[in-house]
Amino acid sequence: MRYLPLSETDRGEMLARVGVRSMDELFADIPQAMRAHGLPKLPRHKGEMEVERLLSRLAAQNRPAGAGPFFVGAGAYKHYVPATVDHLIQRSEFLTGYTPYQPEIAQGFLQYMFEFQTQVCLLTGMDVANASVYDGSTACGEAVLMAHRVTRRRKAVLSGGLHPHYAEVVRTLSALGGDTVETLAPDVRATEDLLAAIDDTVSCVVVQTPDVFGNLRDLQAIADKAHAHGALLIAVFTEAMSLGLVTAPGDMGADIVVGEGQSIGNALNFGGPYVGLFATRAKFVRQMPGRLCGETVDAEGKRGFVLTLSTREQHIRREKATSNMCTSSGLCALAFSIHLALLGEVGLRRVARINHAAAVKLADALGAVPDVEILNDTFFNEFTVKLPKPAADVVAALAAKGILGGVPVSRLLPGAGLDDHLLVASTEVNTDDDRAALVAALQEVL
Amino acid sequence: MLNRQGRPTTPGVGSAETHATFTGNRAILQEEALLFELGRADATGVDFDEPEPFIARLGTLERTGDIGLPGLSEPEAVRHYVRLSQRNFSIDTGPVPLGSCTMKHNPRLNERMARLPGFADVHPLQPVSTVPGALALMQELAAWLMEITGMPAISLSPRAGAHGELCGMAAIKSAIAAKGEAATRKVVLVPDSAHGTNPATAAMVGMPVRAVPVRADGTVDPAEVAKLVGPDIAALMITNPNTCGLFERDIAEIARIVHEAGAYIYCDGANLNAIMGRARPGDLGIDAMQINLHKTFSTPHGGGGPGSGPVVLSARVSAFAPLPLLRTGADGVELVEVGADADEARPFGRLSAFHGQMGMFVRALTYMLSHGGDGLAQASDDAVLAANYIRVGLADLMSLPFGNRLCMQEVLFDDAWLKDSGVTTLDFAKAMIDEGYHPMTMYFPLVVHGAMLIEPTESESKASLDLFVATLRDLALAARAGDSERFTGAPYYAPRRRLDETRAARQPVLRWTPPAPIAEAAE
Ligand SMILES: Cc1ncc(COP(=O)(O)O)c(C=O)c1O
Repeated sequence: MRYLPLSETDRGEMLARVGVRSMDELFADIPQAMRAHGLPKLPRHKGEMEVERLLSRLAAQNRPAGAGPFFVGAGAYKHYVPATVDHLIQRSEFLTGYTPYQPEIAQGFLQYMFEFQTQVCLLTGMDVANASVYDGSTACGEAVLMAHRVTRRRKAVLSGGLHPHYAEVVRTLSALGGDTVETLAPDVRATEDLLAAIDDTVSCVVVQTPDVFGNLRDLQAIADKAHAHGALLIAVFTEAMSLGLVTAPGDMGADIVVGEGQSIGNALNFGGPYVGLFATRAKFVRQMPGRLCGETVDAEGKRGFVLTLSTREQHIRREKATSNMCTSSGLCALAFSIHLALLGEVGLRRVARINHAAAVKLADALGAVPDVEILNDTFFNEFTVKLPKPAADVVAALAAKGILGGVPVSRLLPGAGLDDHLLVASTEVNTDDDRAALVAALQEVL
Repeated sequence: MLNRQGRPTTPGVGSAETHATFTGNRAILQEEALLFELGRADATGVDFDEPEPFIARLGTLERTGDIGLPGLSEPEAVRHYVRLSQRNFSIDTGPVPLGSCTMKHNPRLNERMARLPGFADVHPLQPVSTVPGALALMQELAAWLMEITGMPAISLSPRAGAHGELCGMAAIKSAIAAKGEAATRKVVLVPDSAHGTNPATAAMVGMPVRAVPVRADGTVDPAEVAKLVGPDIAALMITNPNTCGLFERDIAEIARIVHEAGAYIYCDGANLNAIMGRARPGDLGIDAMQINLHKTFSTPHGGGGPGSGPVVLSARVSAFAPLPLLRTGADGVELVEVGADADEARPFGRLSAFHGQMGMFVRALTYMLSHGGDGLAQASDDAVLAANYIRVGLADLMSLPFGNRLCMQEVLFDDAWLKDSGVTTLDFAKAMIDEGYHPMTMYFPLVVHGAMLIEPTESESKASLDLFVATLRDLALAARAGDSERFTGAPYYAPRRRLDETRAARQPVLRWTPPAPIAEAAE
């Protein structure tokens, strides 16, 4: 077996040195009645070529986003990631290192974390950011728990524009912790009255912008009312690229900003691994979950970096920790950081503008199709379309024509009466031909 | 003749210590400035054309002002990150014997497979009809994990081990609620030796923790559990093999006591790498257990993730797995995304968006297919053999808190043998760095003083294990001989000497900020 360096001779010598006659004897602590005898029902080991063949066959049954016109978003986005990013994250010393608990031999990890934290602060307009959590939805759940700790209240109000999966994660965590959640009705046109839901019992208001229907939301009035009542505003995004073009949540009064970082540096991966971004105001840092890297000096006075403020974390505080999180999204955060360094200020702004331009073009083209209505006044690279038929059927018909046309709202919100609503995203990867193909195919299937 | 110019061909003399360099670099070990010191606002490593003029649809929410992001050209970016990478120790560099972490070799075939466009370039919400291979892969992975553990059900949702603990405990909590005991069964028993994520998880599901003391041999005593169980106990969270590197040999008896008292057993499965083919959690009375794919199944740690923590479930709690569910229907594998479609299942909710860590599933299944049942069992055998080989190699010099007895995939030493040497566990670990090793896990588990937990895994050759043992023996002898300077100042040869963690915590600097303008600084 190519991954196992010990030979039969080695094993014999080592068993003798240990003082046992057989491998069986090594497991003497497992009572006989509980012993298993190998894994006979599983196939035998295979060579690389054979394994590659098997997995390639499975992969070939899936339709990759890059295989044709692709407009699917709703929380995960296809962007062009430079070749350098994937090369660099596959450097052995990044790919196969452990969490940097031994800082003297992990300065590479720690320095990129410090850079990543700073990049996230700049993007979101916040003071401090952690070194990543699992993904955007878990970041959202953790943010609500953090708001409860800060405010010592236990009720969250969720906007009807919050991604339904994110809302479900919040409700799940809240149910486990015995906290209350008020979820506003699905809010396709961003007309809900969040202000009315805020009172002195509320710990936090959770608002997504761009929201799941694509609308951009001005958060300032919500922040002001929340603050007047001692509550926090949690701002959420699922499309990090939007931060290159849209007002930062930190500039609209947000207290905690969380979101999905997948669209910078990371592939679609059928839903994971992704990278949760988590930022807040300096005064709340000790209530923040997740790892934090900080600057310090070594014994010779040289600048260096360490994991810090760990008295918030499970390995020190156990049941009093701010979260149970341990392993988070290191390598995906690195991919995010490298891609963002390659983009830089000019690159990010330009790619964000290209995204917006792509979506505007598509909205204009789709809006001209008879019986198709674009429901958004504002959007970044995704918007909601009202169709004369169930969107799920339309998406299936488009898929049969080789076009992945978007996400039916019914997939996220079944039974909400929004079956004829379709979420459509367009990014820099779409060409004019892609858009024309979607418009033409839509005309045929409607 | 190659050398007509009088170029000397014999080495010079002089001590490296006395020669500081102008750059601070030490030959190929380069100092590296921060991205923010290197980058410029107008530099970029990507080429895109500006879009043609268009009318924006941003309302009043267009970002104004600079973001402040630095950019790098591609050559600069490559150099920056390559230099950073060279300042990390990794499993590809040398042994990383971190107990509890299972730092085994990460096969590169896994990486290649995870990058096949049919896996990597697939959207979680594209029509299910366009992803049968992805669902089949998940189902196949699930089948292997259930076979290895002997458990009848699984959830692939959790994004790491601790997330898996949350999933398993949530399923248990739901099962308790379904029996109408939510108000009374609230307390979780957790042995002192448990990983910090266990009590932290209990807290997240709203359950207070009561400690179970570990008996003198490092395992949990069923009699102790019998004393603690009662109508208020929801579950016992136990780790098996445990964090002392020992198999909980009374697990069946413990499970019987817990179940008879109406409670459940959560098993922390972080140490599954010891027992594949030797014991199946399903035969031990376990109700829920997470499997850290980034430990036992070789998906890379990446400096702190991503991980993946599927949870296997017993028949007693399987109805309560979170969404989404995988189900085999008439047309093959089905993905159930909403509770209304769950039939008799009663999911407790959703733990994260989408369907789990697909990229890690591909890597883990690649690893399993490569090993086969025979290879996985051999991997566990070799891992346990290697740990015991280290144990016998060091037992005469270092102290074993629970005696010199067989261990599982990791061996636990304490610091009793360092008494009066002036050397601490931390010093010893740092001296290992100078010798070219990643230190072992230190100060965990908490049940022994100055813990040193060593897990070599099956990936080390005999020569590597021999050199490791010889190195630790040399260090141990030096510590005992009073050569404390070798330890207390260590590491001497790493890219950084010991770092001031107190300063980092007292005056937190958690992000880069632009240096103050010169005029201000001069005041
Ligand atoms: C014993 C034990 N339990 C749980 C965990 C948590 O796993 P993860 O880091 O994947 O969340 C770890 C990992 O560090 C562990 O060693």
